[in-house]
Amino acid sequence: MGLNLIVLVKQVPDTQNITGNAMKEDGTVNRSALPAIFNPEDLHALEAALTIRESVPDSRVHVLTMGPPSAVQVLKDSLYRGADFVALISDRRFAAADTLATSYALKCAIEKIGAYDIVLCGRQAIDGDTAQVGPQTAEKLGINQITCVSEIVELDADKRTITARRSIEGGFEKVRSALPVLLTITDESYPPRPPSAIKMMTYKNATTEMSSGDFDETYLTSGAELKAENTITLWDINAINADPDSCGLPGSPTKVKNIDMVVLKSEEIRMIENTEEAIGGMVHELVADHTLG
Amino acid sequence: MAAKNSVMVFVQQDDGKVAEVSIELISKARELANRVKSKVTAVLVGSGIRKAAESLIPYGVDHLYTVDHKGLAHYTPVPYTRVLTDVIKKYAPQIVLYGATTTGRDIAPRIASALRVGLTADCTDLQIGDYQSKGQTYQNVLYQIRPAFGGNIIATIVSPERKPQMATVREGVMKMSDPDPSFKGEVIEEKVELKPEDFPSEIVERVKQEKLVNLKGAQIIVSGGIGVGSKETFQLIHQLAHALGGEVGASRAAVDAGYVSKDHQVGQTGTTVRPRLYIACGISGSVQHRAGMDESARIIAINTDPEAPIFQIANYGIVGDLKEVIPRFIKAFRAKA
Repeated sequence: MGLNLIVLVKQVPDTQNITGNAMKEDGTVNRSALPAIFNPEDLHALEAALTIRESVPDSRVHVLTMGPPSAVQVLKDSLYRGADFVALISDRRFAAADTLATSYALKCAIEKIGAYDIVLCGRQAIDGDTAQVGPQTAEKLGINQITCVSEIVELDADKRTITARRSIEGGFEKVRSALPVLLTITDESYPPRPPSAIKMMTYKNATTEMSSGDFDETYLTSGAELKAENTITLWDINAINADPDSCGLPGSPTKVKNIDMVVLKSEEIRMIENTEEAIGGMVHELVADHTLG
Repeated sequence: MAAKNSVMVFVQQDDGKVAEVSIELISKARELANRVKSKVTAVLVGSGIRKAAESLIPYGVDHLYTVDHKGLAHYTPVPYTRVLTDVIKKYAPQIVLYGATTTGRDIAPRIASALRVGLTADCTDLQIGDYQSKGQTYQNVLYQIRPAFGGNIIATIVSPERKPQMATVREGVMKMSDPDPSFKGEVIEEKVELKPEDFPSEIVERVKQEKLVNLKGAQIIVSGGIGVGSKETFQLIHQLAHALGGEVGASRAAVDAGYVSKDHQVGQTGTTVRPRLYIACGISGSVQHRAGMDESARIIAINTDPEAPIFQIANYGIVGDLKEVIPRFIKAFRAKA
């Protein structure tokens, strides 16, 4: 029997390309000022799921993302790489969600899919580096987790057990778990396959039933779903039966109090000439105040 | 006597050995508790941990709760989450702190999810202050301070409305206080009942190498960056570290270039250090690198580029070639010491 695999992915601003206007005045991220990319470790999670599907016949790879309508790009990218089903969870009422509110919405969406065996996601997203959403989602689903997985060592679909190697400080451990389980995947293995050219041709214009041309979240209505597979399903807050009080801002206990740009502290610096005398003088000072020696 | 509203620390142990970060956090918890006039509590979960528990009291723990069970010798998420969640519900602390280790970052989000409270990851500072929102003032709120966005910003996060306020804290950033043998605290044993189904994980193999590089404990660190230029020239870094009795550090770029192993990496994705003296050689000083070393008491920067950002946080700057500067440094030190 095949396995139902669910991959949680995120579209993130590329934090390697920060510019001055990356933050809005209210302290939130100005995503429009940064290029948006597929969170790197989530691509490894998708690859791990596609690898499992190759070894366990009749398995299906579902990809879920929560985000604004523009996040549809990571779903298209997932289709290009071979996902069977993709869904965008999008609603104004999800906006400003912290990791707790995000994990709640993802849990509702996973339960909407129904039966699942393995939930996979990247270890962490490069915009927040929190590594919290995976474990928070696992707890809400009431299932076990293996975090920081570098390799799936063994998967027995009949006995419903999985053994994974996870990185820990100064080494690794191999952990065996019963299914269902949530795995967070690092970038140590499962290098993402490139998008398939044929699939790109098939899906480049993939869109949603509710939209004509550019779609916007205002197009979303309750229960908006696509009948056809391999195109993009849209779920809003009602479609996944989520409680609005647990979503978005009301469902987020953490608040950003303030944001400071990193400013270099300007202590007085003493420039030392590159000569034996000057360096000798500096060493003498450091020995005298017990910094050295 | 139950101490509600305490500042609580999750003590991480493995085979009865307590993680250093947990003692750092107890030291910080003592400071925070004094500030908000409450007690310090700690939770130690494991098997055969009585001795380890008693050793923690002198760092300033008022009440130390232990959960001793043979199935809990090593960390696994499901039973540990159950145990911790029960203890937190019972004693209702106002703050709970975890080390931002693999274990801390595995368990803290599960607990936050179970309790539906806020959690801030990987904090580098914690403070107490007021928070105003919608005309309401919350007093003695935990400011959870962390770098975000690849280290380009520092965010202060609060979670004023729900208790406990929780954070994971990066290793090495809080100072460990000296133990006070006369400190009076109490070890309290908690009972748990765990069923086989509480243990869905089994650790089948575990390989741990003791770190050969002790950057965290080093008083003097000589670090090399990509500006060193080659693995051969990196020998100069080793020579200076050896001469000064220090440890060898490196920037991520130097590690990626293969000059030295990852164990030596200082910075946001490596080790956070606060030595007495940090000597940065051929390191430009990216935000990520500075985040791991800017608490050093003294910094010497050696670089051929006078515009390198590292000079802006250095106490001493030398513009020059390492091949000249380092031999002069070693010669001068041998002459003085």
